[in-house]
Amino acid sequence: MVMGDLVRDVDVVVLGGGPGGYSAAFRCAELGLETVVVDAGKRLGGACLFEGCIPSKALLHVAAVLGEAERAKEFGVDFGPARVSLDPLRKWKSERVIGKLSRGLASVAKAKGVEVVGGRATFEDARTVRVGGDEPQALKFRHAIVAVGSAPARLRGLELSERVMDSTAALDVPDIPERLLVVGGGYIGLELGQVYAALGSAVTLVEMTDGLLPGVDRDLVQWIARRVDKQFASVRLNARLDALRETAGGVEASIAGAASTFDRALIAVGRRPLTDGLGLDTTRVKQDARGFVEIDARCATADPRIFAVGDATGEPMLAHRAMRQGKVAAEAIAGRPAAFDNTVVPAVVFTDPEIAWCGLSETRAAADGRAVRVAKFQWAASGRAATLGRSDGLTKLIVDPESGRLLGAGIAGPGAGELIAEAALAIESALLAEDLALTIHTHPTLSETLMEAAETLLRG
Amino acid sequence: MSRPFVLPDLGEGLTEAEIVKVLVREGDVIAEDAPLLEVETDKATVEIPSPMSGRVEKIHVEPHQTVKVGQVLVTFADATAGAAPKSRPMPTGKQAADTLDPTRTLAPEPRTAVRDGRARQTPAADTERVGADAPAADTERVRAVSPAAPTTGAVPARTGPVPATPSTRRLARELAVDLYTVHGSGPGGRVTDDDVRAAAGRVAATTPDAASAPSERTPSSAPAGPAKPLATPTTEPPLPNFEQWGPIERQALSHLRRTIAERMTLSATVIPHVTHFDRADITELDAIIQRNLESVKARGVTLTLTAFLLKAAALALREHPTFNATLDAAAGQLIVKRYVHVGVAVATERGLIVPVLRDVDGKPLLDLARELGALAQRVRDGKAALDDLRGGTFTVTNIGALGGTGAIPIINYPEVAILGVARARREPVVRDGRIEPRLLLPLSLTFDHRVADGADGARFASAIVRRLERPELMMGF
Repeated sequence: MVMGDLVRDVDVVVLGGGPGGYSAAFRCAELGLETVVVDAGKRLGGACLFEGCIPSKALLHVAAVLGEAERAKEFGVDFGPARVSLDPLRKWKSERVIGKLSRGLASVAKAKGVEVVGGRATFEDARTVRVGGDEPQALKFRHAIVAVGSAPARLRGLELSERVMDSTAALDVPDIPERLLVVGGGYIGLELGQVYAALGSAVTLVEMTDGLLPGVDRDLVQWIARRVDKQFASVRLNARLDALRETAGGVEASIAGAASTFDRALIAVGRRPLTDGLGLDTTRVKQDARGFVEIDARCATADPRIFAVGDATGEPMLAHRAMRQGKVAAEAIAGRPAAFDNTVVPAVVFTDPEIAWCGLSETRAAADGRAVRVAKFQWAASGRAATLGRSDGLTKLIVDPESGRLLGAGIAGPGAGELIAEAALAIESALLAEDLALTIHTHPTLSETLMEAAETLLRG
Repeated sequence: MSRPFVLPDLGEGLTEAEIVKVLVREGDVIAEDAPLLEVETDKATVEIPSPMSGRVEKIHVEPHQTVKVGQVLVTFADATAGAAPKSRPMPTGKQAADTLDPTRTLAPEPRTAVRDGRARQTPAADTERVGADAPAADTERVRAVSPAAPTTGAVPARTGPVPATPSTRRLARELAVDLYTVHGSGPGGRVTDDDVRAAAGRVAATTPDAASAPSERTPSSAPAGPAKPLATPTTEPPLPNFEQWGPIERQALSHLRRTIAERMTLSATVIPHVTHFDRADITELDAIIQRNLESVKARGVTLTLTAFLLKAAALALREHPTFNATLDAAAGQLIVKRYVHVGVAVATERGLIVPVLRDVDGKPLLDLARELGALAQRVRDGKAALDDLRGGTFTVTNIGALGGTGAIPIINYPEVAILGVARARREPVVRDGRIEPRLLLPLSLTFDHRVADGADGARFASAIVRRLERPELMMGF
């Protein structure tokens, strides 16, 4: 310790101000613990608010409006060609969306008495976090919560540049490239690929495996696959990016042996935990080979004073999982018998159409040799889908053949991300498919598809 | 094709029934849902409808015979509706009185097949992983299970998280109930709040809007038989707003304080405490201790009265195993422990901690004294291991050092008894017609009145006193 250092004692220090971090900090404060959040940007919201969920959904809304305007021609409404002005778009996104939410979080923190300190935090030992930057200080903590999150993964040997972007850079929409290469057919590549395609880019998507959204049931994925086949210039599956080179006029990519040129490239090959250089080696915290912090059901690490939540603790790297974990960690620290005992973590791909699922998938059940009953309802038979001009969807349920208990659900179609909430609650509450079938669902809505799917199991 | 029909799961913890009447004869051709048998359970007389159509090939039971769940009652030949008939649960007492109409819809009772064989899973694991230990031939087995024989032979493996809502799971954590051991009474084997509370050995705490319920809830006077949970009511009314009388301050409880509070509340609420007082003349024992203090100290051991108290209690426990036990209220059984691990209450700066000494009955006194010293030191230094703190069968709390003439401690749940010891004082005692100064040690034995009565307590306390008054009894003489 350096002389003249500012040393403070706090009950809880939270490393990182993302959804996991601020959820934990707010809950700690509610439980009477003096809590300080250390965040490099001295703000709450994290990757989710500033370079992830929120800005991408804002842009996808813009894409959806453009898509709807295009579809309106089908029923005789023509707005003419759309003109997109990037400055107002960016301003709306950063001020009316991100700025508004960010100010909201700051005022909640103030109301709850949670202090946010700016700077990079590192563990000095299992009792002390040192904060660098403009507000240098050492925080002696009773408990720490590691909520440092994740960043876009890099491709080996590939540097980012003006033209080679990661998702963070792409969300700033520096311009609308004429030709955009998207590397990676996961949810980030598909979402941002659709944004740029809607804005007018000719998008080429390259995916190493034989399908989009690896691991997700194929009968759900096919709906987005069909859509991007039409919307994108090209979708190349089983294709490897061999090399990417920035040239004077653009980016030259060598894909499966053939060279082609693009104006920009987006690397969307997953995310990695931001646990390097945190000083975790000065504590008893254990990490796996990929750098994820190992935790138990209480979100406690191998070091009894230190907890960890969110992307830093592994898959699925989703904000809502981090938020629940944050509350569990806070309650565990306060001595409550909390546990992350959730049955499902729902997942949504906010593409057009949306793909959402939760719990057991048909793919997983098959891989495990587990007997399940699967009920499907095609949206072609939904009245509401017809009135929306959107019959491109499917609702399916995975059910235990013995008890009839709902184990999993998958939905493809517009609004799937909202619809999946009912299935998540049903599974979490150990409901039977029969319970869904016997619950009155508003007519005509897309939520009826869950009831209809469940009803197919009761017939015969 | 012959198909057996067995006594279905009766629900509500019932495992057997008596045949009242057989309503069909061998050779009869009957339709699905036609009345088959009338049986009587602890709860009611009910009629069992036929689960399938077909010819009655053989009747395996006769009136007044007691049959168990899973036992074959009737064999059908040429069963037709058997290919995929709905599982038809047997009505239970609640709805039983008027179930002569077999077509009446009844709430399905979970089948034993569904309840058993739940795969254990860590709470944090996601559903996608739960199938890992499911047998590969699950599909085949599921198909092979005949609804007519839900409780016989191979039951389908049930994998996945316990069927309980998030709030029920939280309640289970708060009451330290392992959900995998709880019988779910809801549809599909769903575990309800009441199931969890019953498993925690408590009656469902009523919510304020159902406040009229508890007075009506009386333990049923069921005859002796299968395990039945005991009723042990607990409720805590809301606190008034104290600020109306003056300023207050809310202080967070430390983890240890919280644990103590919860354990004491549990014990004081669940266990009907009764206390027996006695005094032991330890003049001779004290002389032995004083005489040997120095020589024992030279061997690095401090000889204390507590070591002798532990020994005396342990030997008395061996003689009175009822006090070396735990009442399993949920099962309605007494769990007698065939080991004697005695806990000693140790006051620390942070609060009360009870480390446990193993096999106290069989240990030489000096070893015991040495272990006790080391253990108490570990506890005061905050270095006690978890294993130092659990597994106790009985507790001794010696408050003598702090004075007082006696105390009634609360039983260290789920033990049966606790020995409280106050400060020994020299008092005038009439011995052989003369008044003599003697060193008297006040003792209080507090025990669970569900398990033992006053006479038992007096005998057990005497067994302890006898050893303290005649120390040679503790030395293998």
